[in-house]
Amino acid sequence: MSEMRFFIDPIRCIGCKSCMQACSECATHKGKPMIHLEYMERGNSTQTVPMVCMHCENPTCAAVCPADAIKRTEDLVVQSSLKERCIGCKNCVVSCPFGVPRYYPEMDQMMKCDMCYDRTSVGLKPMCATVCPSEALFYGTLEEFQSRRKGTPINTFEFGEQEIKTRVFLVAPDGYVNLSMDVMHHLDGRFDDGAYDHLDPFAHLEAMPMSGGLL
Amino acid sequence: MAKVPLTQQEMLDTYGPTLHYTPAGGFRTVEDYDRLVSTHCCFCGQQCGINLKVKDNAVVGFEPRTEFPFNKGKLCPKGVKRYLQGSHPDRLLYPMKRTAKGYERISWEQALEETVQKIKDIQEKHGKDSFAMLSGVSLTTEKSYLVGKFARLALQTANLDYNGRLCMVSAGAGNKKAYGIDRASNSWEDIVKARVIFVIGSNIAECFPITTDYVWRARDQGAKLIYADPRMVPMARTADLYLPLRPGTDSALLMAMLHVIIRDGLTDEKFIAEHTTGFEATKEAVKDATPEWAAKITGVPAKQIEKAARWYGEAETGMILHARGLEHHTKGVENVVSCANLALATGKIGREGCGHSTITGQGNGQGGREHGHKCDQLPGNRDITNPEHRKYIAEVWGVEEREIPGKGLSAQEILNEIHAGKIKGLLSICFNPLVSLPDANFNREALDKLEHYTVIDFFLSETAQHADIVLPGSLQEEDEGTTTSGEGRVIKINQAITPPGEARKDWEILLDIAKRLGRGKYFPYQNTREIFEELRLASRGGTADYSGITWERVEKEMGVFWPAPQTTEKGRKALRPEDLDANHPGTPRLFEGGKFYHPDGKGHFNAVAWRESAEVVDAQYPIWLTTGRVVSQYLSGTQTRRIGPLVDQYPNPRMEIHPRLAQKLNIKDGEWVTVKTRRGQITIKALVVNTIRPDTVFVPYHWGGKQSINMLTQRALDPVSKIPEFKVSACVVAKATPEEIREGEEAERLASKTEKLPLNYGLGERRKEFSR
Repeated sequence: MSEMRFFIDPIRCIGCKSCMQACSECATHKGKPMIHLEYMERGNSTQTVPMVCMHCENPTCAAVCPADAIKRTEDLVVQSSLKERCIGCKNCVVSCPFGVPRYYPEMDQMMKCDMCYDRTSVGLKPMCATVCPSEALFYGTLEEFQSRRKGTPINTFEFGEQEIKTRVFLVAPDGYVNLSMDVMHHLDGRFDDGAYDHLDPFAHLEAMPMSGGLL
Repeated sequence: MAKVPLTQQEMLDTYGPTLHYTPAGGFRTVEDYDRLVSTHCCFCGQQCGINLKVKDNAVVGFEPRTEFPFNKGKLCPKGVKRYLQGSHPDRLLYPMKRTAKGYERISWEQALEETVQKIKDIQEKHGKDSFAMLSGVSLTTEKSYLVGKFARLALQTANLDYNGRLCMVSAGAGNKKAYGIDRASNSWEDIVKARVIFVIGSNIAECFPITTDYVWRARDQGAKLIYADPRMVPMARTADLYLPLRPGTDSALLMAMLHVIIRDGLTDEKFIAEHTTGFEATKEAVKDATPEWAAKITGVPAKQIEKAARWYGEAETGMILHARGLEHHTKGVENVVSCANLALATGKIGREGCGHSTITGQGNGQGGREHGHKCDQLPGNRDITNPEHRKYIAEVWGVEEREIPGKGLSAQEILNEIHAGKIKGLLSICFNPLVSLPDANFNREALDKLEHYTVIDFFLSETAQHADIVLPGSLQEEDEGTTTSGEGRVIKINQAITPPGEARKDWEILLDIAKRLGRGKYFPYQNTREIFEELRLASRGGTADYSGITWERVEKEMGVFWPAPQTTEKGRKALRPEDLDANHPGTPRLFEGGKFYHPDGKGHFNAVAWRESAEVVDAQYPIWLTTGRVVSQYLSGTQTRRIGPLVDQYPNPRMEIHPRLAQKLNIKDGEWVTVKTRRGQITIKALVVNTIRPDTVFVPYHWGGKQSINMLTQRALDPVSKIPEFKVSACVVAKATPEEIREGEEAERLASKTEKLPLNYGLGERRKEFSR
């Protein structure tokens, strides 16, 4: 089994969609990205989270597929549904605890991230992890990750009584991360509720010791 | 004169922007291409390495270029989809002439002859300087050098300037004042080694995405990140310290930081004594600039300013990074030297993990400005008013010194003079001032007054639509040459395909015009390599010395950092390019050992006094307006607004507004709003986000026509750099009226159209189109 692992580090994600644009270049899913970018509520945060197939050790999508259309390779990459077998029932879509597979009516088929099997099977990195500007997506060995990076890679998840181990790691940040991005919290007291009316046109022009300059 | 002949709808139908989605020949498997061409992205100043897939003389895709040291395969979405500008339905394929009914196809012979005749007529009647030229830094350094020589010797006009004027000139002027040289102080590898990184006025995640990796690599090793910006941009979100300063108050913040550093004894006295001048005056200038004083101006709490100053001052190593947020001001140069004052006072420059760098916004903003198409410079970053500099260039060019015109007008000043009727004719190449310059309505009026306008471009941009003669030029991948990245790394652009249809290489077009103007003897080049060889000689001895750099070295070493001067006596005296040596290793890190580029070898402090922006808010216009970019668009959008997947990411401009201000104005997320300044108004949709200061609204600037925020910005210029104050205007925001909403919807409808092409629209069909 390949030593290479896939890491998702949402704290580093800059929301640029480079991963989606690169993924959509693939000839197997022409123009359609199989990686998705989830947004926190944009009104409150610039946080974004990229999401690929987690490539579970015991993939629920495959377990619930009535047509046995979802196969896994020897190195544990869970593939998109086989076109000739897929019956478009969407069992996989509703059963995946990570919400990854999607059904494409125009193809009448479930398609999802197969970790760029055309690339990874010949020693290349997945397209999304290759281009990701901030390395929010990282492809390498666990040792390589741990020697270079902060954060704790996690690949065991509990959904109720179901424990799932994945080939893809999510990176939990070290320490507490405040996802409230309100700029108000970083301004001085004049911006406290009721203390400052920012529509007062002359508020910023109050007397300053250096007004007009010293030179 | 130069009024657009067709309706907006007719222009859109014929010349786009058309949203292009599908590569020539459809999507391909990993191996389905003829060859890979190693080159670089055509967009921002990071100039990432990329491999273009080529099949049947068309660029059909990309492959990451993982061996290139700057980006190691990483690309932003613009880099990924850049190849889609090739084989594009809007591509200009033959020369055109404007008639009362629109544009008609004409021959190259007619197009060039009419252009040259107009140049002659106008210059005979009104003098040489009445014909101006505007250039762009998407051009390679070779082409930039050629444009500089062409304007001075073929057009014989002083009035040549370039779109880098809207980009980094404040940084260039500030760096020259402080350090005597105009370049980022270090290669990006020093960011990784810094213990503290201070980013001010730069949305690196959206404008320079690969730089975020360098910052993260430093943070993995424990570096602290301080981020100053009016918006909680994606990298500020995770910063160790965030300073949401009010637009236009950068120098107040920086002065207060220096005040704290001096007050708390965090200066490097030995470095100051041995390697700098002017410290006492600067110390005096920040004497009263307490954090409390700056807090009132900036809105940033005093204790946070103190913390930023101490973090930066106490750290063993540190980098300051800034971009247009700091530089697009009437005091852009003062802001830049204020950063330099911090670096010099703490001795955080010229050694590992230390530096002060501006981030180049435009592709070849660095190389383009060094070698000639800036109104006040000659090749090698030479001063056009310096008699010795003029004499040397005159010798290289084989002309008398007096034949080289003097300092001309800057970009906005050229438009002002066109508006005033003093400049009558214009030739432009790869510059879209109607979208990128401030006060767009004024500039549109100016273009309408031109007696003649010829444009060289590959798409019919908003500005090009005003041209009398359109000459189809070349895309970056259709020619070869060099560019210089924001790091100062000279890199090689390789030709992947030949220009389609009747389009030609830009330099060939300029050579043809020069020949017809009777000045052909000064332009004897057979190819762009010969231009580079002459550029090496011309730059020798200037501060931007490229004389030790060859194309071969650039290819082999994956870029060479300038300056790379001559190392042998023979090279220093050579009169022919072939006698120059190429021994110098290049200079990734400037100022090592505290050696600066001023004649005295020292770094210069520059005392700055705080002053307000050219326009401040008042009762009538009570809200600060600031502008910037989004990740999926590039500059005036001439290229990126034609690439479907990029447009889909952020289809139309939206106004970011804080919920608190939105509530006061009774505006909800997604509602139409009208933003108005003294110059004009725009109706767009609101994006209610708490990631912006509550007294400020933000609108990105990549769109044209009625979606252009530059209708609202002002023409006030920095007195030294002549950069316009894009980042600060006073505006009023209100819910849009039904009539305004109709206009806004119409503007969105006319912004672009989707291509009507089959999925597998093949190369055969493209060729038929090209030969139409």
